[in-house]
Amino acid sequence: MSEGTLYDKVWDRHRVTTLPTGQDQLFVGLHLVHEVTSPQAFGMLRERDVEVAYPGLTHATVDHILPTADQSRPYGDDAAEEMMSELERNVREAGIDFSDPSSGDQGIVHVVGPEQGLTQPGKTVVCGDSHTSTHGAFGALAFGIGTSQIRDVLATGCIAMEKKDVRRIEVTGELGEGVEAKDVILQIIRKLGTDGGVGYVYEYGGEAVESLDMEGRMSICNMSIEGGARAGYVNPDETTFEWLADAQAFVDDPEEFERLKPYWESVASDGDAEYDDVVTIDGDALEPTVTWGTTPGQGVGITEPIPAPEDLDPDKQDSARRAQEHMRVDPGDTMAGYRVDVAFLGSCTNARLPDLRRAAAVVRGREVHEDVRALVVPGSQRVQRAAEEEGLADTFREAGFQWRNAGCSMCLGMNEDQLEGDEACASSSNRNFVGRQGSKDGRTVLMNPRMVAAAAVTGEVTDVRDLEERPEVEA
Amino acid sequence: MSSNANGDAPRSDGDGGGGPAETVTSVSGTGVPVRGNDVDTDQIIPARFMKVVTFDGLGQFAFFDLRFDEDDEEKDHPFNEDRFREASVLAVNANFGCGSSREHAPQALMRWGIDAVVGESFAEIFAGNCLALGVPTLTASHEELTALQDWIDEHPDGEIDVDVAAETVTYGGTTVDATVDEAQRRALVEGEWDTTALMGANAGAVRETAASLPYVCDDQLPEASD
Repeated sequence: MSEGTLYDKVWDRHRVTTLPTGQDQLFVGLHLVHEVTSPQAFGMLRERDVEVAYPGLTHATVDHILPTADQSRPYGDDAAEEMMSELERNVREAGIDFSDPSSGDQGIVHVVGPEQGLTQPGKTVVCGDSHTSTHGAFGALAFGIGTSQIRDVLATGCIAMEKKDVRRIEVTGELGEGVEAKDVILQIIRKLGTDGGVGYVYEYGGEAVESLDMEGRMSICNMSIEGGARAGYVNPDETTFEWLADAQAFVDDPEEFERLKPYWESVASDGDAEYDDVVTIDGDALEPTVTWGTTPGQGVGITEPIPAPEDLDPDKQDSARRAQEHMRVDPGDTMAGYRVDVAFLGSCTNARLPDLRRAAAVVRGREVHEDVRALVVPGSQRVQRAAEEEGLADTFREAGFQWRNAGCSMCLGMNEDQLEGDEACASSSNRNFVGRQGSKDGRTVLMNPRMVAAAAVTGEVTDVRDLEERPEVEA
Repeated sequence: MSSNANGDAPRSDGDGGGGPAETVTSVSGTGVPVRGNDVDTDQIIPARFMKVVTFDGLGQFAFFDLRFDEDDEEKDHPFNEDRFREASVLAVNANFGCGSSREHAPQALMRWGIDAVVGESFAEIFAGNCLALGVPTLTASHEELTALQDWIDEHPDGEIDVDVAAETVTYGGTTVDATVDEAQRRALVEGEWDTTALMGANAGAVRETAASLPYVCDDQLPEASD
């Protein structure tokens, strides 16, 4: 078993007791709530006549069903309106802080938590959304949970969990031009498999991870779940602390920052920590990575050939065949040149300000391809405002992108933003499952934000490094 | 010892896990095979069916996009076959339930009629969600699962006994050792899978843990009552 890791330390600090089942009862320091997975849990609480135990450690926002164009109430979609109304009622009755659209703080739950300073090192964070693993970027232990567990947390402030093993994933070297955090995590999942992390939490480290900004770390931790890991985290360091100093809670209360910092420092893994497994990835060797299939593990470097199913592990061959049929790709080809109909820049993986900045730098002075429908959906209203103030929104609009309001949008198609028919989408999101983006015949190619921008302007999957011949751009 | 609830998990409240937990020591019934690795929760229930504020009625949407084409015509899928209509044991392959944490997925399966899932491996959040509903998830090898799926195909009316306590799956004279996660096994067999009640009994200790954490303020703590 691991020893001296952040996981061990934070777990121990939050362990209330061991339950008769052998699971630990773990205190939850931050419970994030959104509209899709919580209404049934609040309903169960009412049936039991139980109140929310720790409303002050709970924070709500709305993201999955929110329209990204017309947000006037009632929403055009009755089901969306009902879910929003239910959430409003639940947070009002329980006294839970709510970043609703009128607050100016609304956004995807995994963007909102960090930017408001709610996500902190050494906290346990849960939410009824698998991408809660995102918050591990701050050195928090963050778990996606189901609705019955949401009920547990609302009623008791705790979850029942078993301790997992810790796998250290060391990414050495330096990421090359055009290579981003997204490429790192797509290659980790490719190497270890979509179920390779079952039984583990992942600790990401090494020079290539430590030199990333917080947004990059969030992108990596975000997709831990795509690799089967129960959680993923990066040890807190000066990059973390500098970022937090600018987060809303600590701008409002800098003394609280100084008071908490020693605790944050204390939870980082010890230099001689013991891990259950260690995996090393050569960061120097990575290139922009895109998926060719229908799981996030079916990825390939942009210059590499798509594998033949028979060359893969026997247990991966069948799903590879089905995926290649669905995606209409052939072994031996590269993904470069794959025609796309839609470009989606958004999601809890890649809709933060630096993501939009990098993509805008590719877009500036270019136009969206005439056959492409291109959307930018900022991760939060704060990101949206900042991008508008910086002129990024204008860059996208002038190029022909739709500039939309914050939400989950086309990542999973629970609002009006969906693929139609067999459209192919260059997407900065996290899942390329069949049907994920709202059409069961839709085809999703995952990639980093700059690559999405490149695909938007060329109309096909494109190595962003090949776009060097830029039109003249005014400074 | 605990009684045998035959997997008849308490679902009278309509949302699962409502009343006092019952024991789930074994599940018996006919089977339905759903083949293929990496069956994600988007496939088990597409996102558009999650625009609901209760889990009621989700059973009809289980595997919806795999079962129906764009004109709502039935496609080939075991959940469409009459011979599997009464099945309660789902036999799957590797990494079943990966992807989204949506509890809507096991809720849809349970409400379709599934009381136990036997597979090569499960995504952890999915298995945890199943446990919360009193639906056991058991694992066995690829060869054993393939054999079980083949047998179900040939014997759609054949009885399968999923013994959670003994960690076995028995069908047609064959008994296979299956693994149940230890915490899950104890929770189901001893009737301790209602974690809300279990953990709610420790409110005083929870408050102490909370108070010991540097980031928790006094005004965020509930009043000490026990």
